[in-house]
Amino acid sequence: MLMSPSSRRRRQGYAAAARPAAARLHEPRLAAHVEDLTVSYHDKPVLFDIDLNVPPGVMCAIVGPNGAGKSTLIKAILGLVKPTSGHITLHGLPYRQVRARVGYVPQRSTVDWDFPTTVHDVVTMGLYGQIGWFKRPGRREREKASEALKMVGMQDFARRQISQLSGGQQQRVFLARALVQEADVYFLDEPMAGVDATTERAIVKILGALRDAGKTVIVVHHDLQTVRSYFDWLVLLNVRVIAQGPVDDIYTADNLRATYGGQIALLEHGDFTRPAPAPGPGPAPGPGFDAQKEDAGPPQAAEAR
Amino acid sequence: MLAAFFDSIPAMIIATGALVGIAASLVGTFLVLRGSSLLSDAISHSIVLGIVVVWMLTGAQSGPVQLVGAALTGLLTVFLTELLAATGRVKNDAAIGLVFPVLFSIGVLLLNVYARDVHIDQHTVLLGEIGFVWLDTVSLGGYEVPQSLLSMGAMAALNLVFVTLLFKELKLATFDRALAAALGFMPGLLFYALLALTSATAVAAFDAVGAILFIAFVIVPPSAAYLITDRLWLMLLFASLIAVLSSFAGYGAAVLLDVSIGGMMATMTGLFLVLAFLFGPRYGLIAQGLRRRRAALAQAV
Repeated sequence: MLMSPSSRRRRQGYAAAARPAAARLHEPRLAAHVEDLTVSYHDKPVLFDIDLNVPPGVMCAIVGPNGAGKSTLIKAILGLVKPTSGHITLHGLPYRQVRARVGYVPQRSTVDWDFPTTVHDVVTMGLYGQIGWFKRPGRREREKASEALKMVGMQDFARRQISQLSGGQQQRVFLARALVQEADVYFLDEPMAGVDATTERAIVKILGALRDAGKTVIVVHHDLQTVRSYFDWLVLLNVRVIAQGPVDDIYTADNLRATYGGQIALLEHGDFTRPAPAPGPGPAPGPGFDAQKEDAGPPQAAEAR
Repeated sequence: MLAAFFDSIPAMIIATGALVGIAASLVGTFLVLRGSSLLSDAISHSIVLGIVVVWMLTGAQSGPVQLVGAALTGLLTVFLTELLAATGRVKNDAAIGLVFPVLFSIGVLLLNVYARDVHIDQHTVLLGEIGFVWLDTVSLGGYEVPQSLLSMGAMAALNLVFVTLLFKELKLATFDRALAAALGFMPGLLFYALLALTSATAVAAFDAVGAILFIAFVIVPPSAAYLITDRLWLMLLFASLIAVLSSFAGYGAAVLLDVSIGGMMATMTGLFLVLAFLFGPRYGLIAQGLRRRRAALAQAV
């Protein structure tokens, strides 16, 4: 089943461009560097020949249609799925060596929210890596978790059972769990999916603050309408990388059409030809926007805040 | 005092049942939370094959070799199940259903062909007979201690050490496998270790209580505890407590009604589940009904 990268390429009729050997080993100047990454599921490539370069200190969106492999890309970078081929470094080092400098927020739906534990306990889990095997979290860890909860505005919920949270609150807890890690690079899988407008703005604000502090924030994002107002770096993905770079250069009608292909009808209603809305008072309303919100209040109320 | 304890048949039966209950509930809590509680069913059947093969190779009917053999068979069951599920053609539950009958039936066939005269038979394997634990004793520090009590005590202690030492790791791996893997806690390995202990517990429990009471102890007390608490460590504690109480109550009821002791212990775990389901402080039927009524009243006002 597993083929060597070269035989796979030959089979697919693809010839890799020759690169200097040195470039394959280290890219210390890049927060995330992915080369020739291919991930297959039952012999069908989910990600094919991905080359990705994300500089440090940017807020980067990974955008693409359903099944484009966005989550898989993050999981491959974090070693959670086994690639068929490829070479990945974060700040010039393989993930195993920089674990402590990387924060990860999985999709909210991947965990069981009926699990018998509290909000505070879930946030403390972010510190388990630093605590190490066998040892228990102590007072220092508990205080750190409380601080992170305060940062996301969830300090009043610390003792709550996690099943009593709304979708937006769950997402804030997950974000707090990543914040306690005090990482340099953050990976977030759909953090804005199914959250209310207030939470979405709170999340964007916190992620922006991380970026301003020099951290790198890489986000799988589903909402084309808000890409330009939230992010400054963009990766368009559909099994292959269609385009990547500063969001103003990449967010073009041609690139989006190349990414979304047959789903172009949806794009015709989009507003990508208009100038980017000013960042701040929240996402621009557009088709598909309200449908994404699970427990949003009335739009006027959200705007008034 | 101790001699009187070890000489008392009821005490021995209840203590053995309680130890099986504790050992099973400790691993069962994580299996239930992970949604893999039926793996205990699969394991406790397929290790019949392990028991027979180990007996054919070494002649040992019980003891440490049998525990190791059982653990390996249990892991083989899970490994084959995951292999089948990984093809994407068979769903996980169907894969479990495909694997364990095969291993179990091979075990039964081997039993029939090679072990007609030996004291291992399907009936004992499935139902056990906790009423006879006192028959098979070993001498320990001057006391005659039932073999089953000893092996179950060892398994309960081993499982307790495992979940205490790796409490944080097991919690994270069960709640959020992806983060556990990203942080380097190897959730796959932890899960296999948990299942190896489940298998060893199952084979140790075989002599005493049989597969069915073992499965009941793995699944029912943790499920009942899940209904009455929001904290993982309390769930482990309550599950063990419910298992111990079921052991006491089961023995009493069995003597009173003159029925199978093991069967009555299993029934008692079910009774506790019903009680938790009805009277659980937050998730119980009555508490929920009251809450709904209060909410309706508040709205009316």
